[in-house]
Amino acid sequence: MDVSPQNTTGKPFPGEVHPTAGGGILVTKLDEVINWARSNSLWPLVFGTSCCAIEMMSTAAAKYDWSRFGFEVARATPRQADVIIIAGTIVNKMAPVLKRLYDQMADPKYVIAMGACATSGGPFFYNTYSVVKGADHVIPVDVYVAGCPPRPEALLHALITLQEKIRKGAS
Amino acid sequence: MNKEELKIRLETLLSSPSFEEGAEWTTVIIGPAEWEGVARQLRSGEGLDFDYLFCVTAVDWRTHFTMVYHLTSTVHRHMLVVKIKLDRERPEIQTVSDIWRTAEFHEREAYDLFGVVFTGHPDLRRLFMTDEWKGWPLRKDYEDPVNMIKL
Repeated sequence: MDVSPQNTTGKPFPGEVHPTAGGGILVTKLDEVINWARSNSLWPLVFGTSCCAIEMMSTAAAKYDWSRFGFEVARATPRQADVIIIAGTIVNKMAPVLKRLYDQMADPKYVIAMGACATSGGPFFYNTYSVVKGADHVIPVDVYVAGCPPRPEALLHALITLQEKIRKGAS
Repeated sequence: MNKEELKIRLETLLSSPSFEEGAEWTTVIIGPAEWEGVARQLRSGEGLDFDYLFCVTAVDWRTHFTMVYHLTSTVHRHMLVVKIKLDRERPEIQTVSDIWRTAEFHEREAYDLFGVVFTGHPDLRRLFMTDEWKGWPLRKDYEDPVNMIKL
């Protein structure tokens, strides 16, 4: 995947360094620096409910390697995670579990709905008694990814989109 | 035993077996009344030794139900599929959980989703659905206006 600087918006670092004899003076805005720091260290929660999780694992593994963008520290506890990637179908029985995991995450926290099931119920929208028709019925979602399942490139794009959203202070 | 030998053996075991042709495994169709006796024979009959029930399925054909039992023997490495037609209004069949312990959960699942009643089952209650759930969600005529968007 091509992630050249042209594909991303904004400056890499929000501020200017003015060199002085003793080292330098940094001029910036605190909000922007905080957002910049947060966006570059997003720890995902280990969470997957179906086949999208396979693609998510693939995105984490060597070939796609999401650690290139700061996502490598996947956490098995919601208390240490910043972002939850809803990788798979959410059924009615899973919904309260998802809500509890989200509630246990410390602020600031972000949500990515990965794939058709997490976005809308997808292939289970009609004639199903058990599936939640979109994870946003349970928790608020920042970025939606289309696909069934989405390719790792699509998930990477969603993660980078989330980073940009955070940097712009929109999330 | 190969498929032909198994068929010959089953013909001596059953009064009037009918076989389904064209399938990968030997498939025999029997009535619900003779199932328990047949199951015991299959489990411990000489040369049969079907010691592993690896799948229990219920099928809703709208006019009737079919129970499908997949059996295999870890001793002889042969397979057998048993199909039993059930009345759709009163789907009832004898449990085989005392013969194959694994049937205890498999039968609970079929009960949970299709409402097939397994007489003699030690603990026949909901498995996936909540205890207070009404109805049998995998039946073709199942309606749930709250959770289901019909197409």
